[in-house]
Amino acid sequence: MPALEQQSDLLWQFAHGELDAFEALFREFQGQVYRWIVRMVRDPAVAEDLTIETFWRIHRAHARFDPQRSFAAWARRIATNVALDYLKMDHLKSARTQESLPEDVPAAAMPNPGVQRDIRERTARAFRQLPAKLQVTATLALIEEEPYKDIAEVLGISVGAVKLRVFRALRILRRKLRQMGIEP
Amino acid sequence: MNKQHDDKIVERLKQSIHPADFELQRDLWPQMLHRLQEHSAAVPWFDWALLAALALWLCLAPGTIPVLLYHL
Repeated sequence: MPALEQQSDLLWQFAHGELDAFEALFREFQGQVYRWIVRMVRDPAVAEDLTIETFWRIHRAHARFDPQRSFAAWARRIATNVALDYLKMDHLKSARTQESLPEDVPAAAMPNPGVQRDIRERTARAFRQLPAKLQVTATLALIEEEPYKDIAEVLGISVGAVKLRVFRALRILRRKLRQMGIEP
Repeated sequence: MNKQHDDKIVERLKQSIHPADFELQRDLWPQMLHRLQEHSAAVPWFDWALLAALALWLCLAPGTIPVLLYHL
C-alpha cells in the first residue's frame, strides 16, 4: 500500500476513535510536538507534561478531526493552546506569590563582553513577565525566528495581528527595561 | 529612531534568551497510556449525580421501588 494511502487510512481510523491509530500517530508526532512546545515554554520537563496534555486533548477531540487535513498542523495548533494555557497559569501563580520565574534556557556565551550576565538575566526575566500571548508570539518570531505566516497559522490569527503582537511585546519590554534602569 | 530601538532590544533579547534546541529523550507513550487508562476508569461526575438523585428518590419514596423493579 502506498505511504500516502496508509497515512490517510491511519488518520481515518484515528478520527473514528481507534486506539492503535492514535498510538501510531502519537509515536510519529510526539517528538515534533515536544520540540514545538519546548520552544514556547522553554523548560524540557514541563514540555514533556504538556506534550502528554496535548495528545490527551487530541484524543478527546478525535471525532472533530478531518482526516483530509494535516494532522501535524492540527497537533501544532492544539500544542500552542496548551502552552498558552500553561504560561497564563504560570503568570498568575508568579503574580500571586511574587516569586521569580524558573531560569530560562541559558544563553550562549556572547562575544560582546559589554553585555553583562546580570543585564541578560534581567532582560530574560522582563521578557517572561510579558502577557502569555505576547510572550509566545515574540518568542516564536524573534528568538526562534519562525516565519510570521507559520506563527499566524498556529495562533489562528492574521499575519498583521502577529506583527502587532510583536510590536506590543517590544514596546512593553522596552518600558520594563527602562524601569529596571536598562537602556536599549 | 523607534526601529533602531526595536532592533537593539531584539539584539539584547537574543543575547539573553537562546533558541531552545531540545530533543525528546524518551518515549512518552507509557505515560500517555497511563493517562488514558486513568480517565477511562473514572466515572463522570454526572453519573454520580444521577446515582445520588436516584438513591435520594428511593429513600423519599420507597413505594416506587417495586414499580422501578417491575420496569427494569
